[in-house]
Amino acid sequence: MTSASSSTMVIATPAPATRRAERDARRDRWFARALKASALLVLAVLLGAALSTLWGGREVLFGEGLRFLASSEWNPVDDRYGALAPIFGTVLTSIIAIVLAVPVAFGIALFLTEIAPEWMRAWFSAAIELLAAIPSIIYGMWGLFVFVPFMAEQVQPALTAVLGELPLLGALFSGPPLGLGILTAGIVLAVMIVPFIAAVMREVFLAVPGRLKESARALGATTWEVVWHIVLPATRSAVIGGIFLGLGRALGETMAVTFVLGNAYDIQASLLMPGTSISSSIANEFNEAVGNHRSALLALGFLLFVVTFFVLLIARVMLRRLARREGTA
Amino acid sequence: MTELAAALHTADTLAPRNHIEVRGLDFHYHGHHALKNITLDIPARQVTAIIGPSGCGKSTLLRVFNRIYAMHPGLRASGQVLLDGENILDPRYSLNRLRSKVGMVFQKPVPFPMTIFENVAWAIRHHERLGRSDLERRVEEALRSAALWDEVKDKLKGSALGLSGGQQQRLCIARCIALRPEVLLLDEPTSALDPIATGRIEQLIEELKSEFTIVIVTHNMQQAARISDRTAFMYLGELIEVDATEKIFTAPARKQTEDYITGRYG
Repeated sequence: MTSASSSTMVIATPAPATRRAERDARRDRWFARALKASALLVLAVLLGAALSTLWGGREVLFGEGLRFLASSEWNPVDDRYGALAPIFGTVLTSIIAIVLAVPVAFGIALFLTEIAPEWMRAWFSAAIELLAAIPSIIYGMWGLFVFVPFMAEQVQPALTAVLGELPLLGALFSGPPLGLGILTAGIVLAVMIVPFIAAVMREVFLAVPGRLKESARALGATTWEVVWHIVLPATRSAVIGGIFLGLGRALGETMAVTFVLGNAYDIQASLLMPGTSISSSIANEFNEAVGNHRSALLALGFLLFVVTFFVLLIARVMLRRLARREGTA
Repeated sequence: MTELAAALHTADTLAPRNHIEVRGLDFHYHGHHALKNITLDIPARQVTAIIGPSGCGKSTLLRVFNRIYAMHPGLRASGQVLLDGENILDPRYSLNRLRSKVGMVFQKPVPFPMTIFENVAWAIRHHERLGRSDLERRVEEALRSAALWDEVKDKLKGSALGLSGGQQQRLCIARCIALRPEVLLLDEPTSALDPIATGRIEQLIEELKSEFTIVIVTHNMQQAARISDRTAFMYLGELIEVDATEKIFTAPARKQTEDYITGRYG
């Protein structure tokens, strides 16, 4: 009864407080809409990019069908296109990069959060962020002018001499020391993604409650034991997230790879031989591509979406499995 | 041999020996003088409570006893802390040995992100290599001593994060006593718990003191009065007074102590 009478009163002469409440509610509604629009924009951009590459590559994707995925032939003169070599190069260089980068990034992040004195942490963190901000073309130039000759003169002859004779493993390290090639590209990529992964890991390790580490220390655990048994399990999903962020970057990296990969449409067992990747093929050939050639490059772009999607999917599945095994899910 | 042990034990109960002796302890961090010339005896197999207002240094003092402060840069202790006559502040005193002798339980329960069984087993494995069945026996023994066994025996393989706050804190106590330490340091162990869980922990402390020397830091003066044999009062980094708990709470020698326990400040 009282509420009915008071609401009639409000309608008759809105009190300032009520007007204010209405205005606040209206603003909140608009704010929520603006946030939702920003989030939806991401989906729209993603869908748009995927669909437009699919549309642009439709002639080759649907014309060649499965042969486009299974063939390593890439011949603009005869108008025959197969994506196997670029996919192979993209995946292999990224795997090499991750295998090399993760342990180093892990070490950097642990040093910064567990061992380094206070004053050093700020400097090191700034250095890592700076390293992450270097444009990839710089890495590409450094790779071509400095790192490739070093690989050709020092590293590759040594690898071939030491590992080249071994059964099975030897095949990975055989061939002339060209400097350019899959391994070189993988190493340059590793250098590029280390700061990314290290920065993410550092943030994540910092978020582990100090009292968790203290309790482990109080039981007599060493730094290594605290890290391996306490910090890592507690941050597992975020750490894997950081690794896959780096992997995503490695998969899509263009300029640095283009400079040092050799750009040959071959699939060879040796890591020392040149290869190509999806993004470097596109970067190299887009200028002159017309007709089916252009369609093939767009189709490659679409495949990069697909490869990245599967990588992220694998990450999800891995995380779920880990969680189930440890009984936390 | 057994006679000697028995005689020693009797001597222990008559006039308890000092398990920890603090001599002229100073503590600095980042230019702040947090502990000033502390001298204090902690008798064996008794409960010693350290009370005082926030920032008086009582937790800092506790954290010197197992050198846990050493994991943070910029912290420095000088003076002597003798555990059975040996100075634990000596850098040559092994941290691993110290921490197997002196266990610590923290303010908030901190179960590790693993199973209940592993929480205890993990701690044991740092110090001893045991076979599967020995390890299981030790884990059970520790969980029983911490009055937790009956509640968790059917879910040892479940995550420790699923326990209630009080259970988690008893798990942390179990983890400590699984190492068979001599001293238990409790840093406000019940401040994050409800009254019922607090009651169980206090009861547990009562049971544990026949085996361990216990030092407890507490904000709660009633708790200190209920469970401790001796009470030390600290203020602004100094040890003001230490005596039998009954004496501190009924006839304190110092005016500051009286003001604090009667609630005039703090």
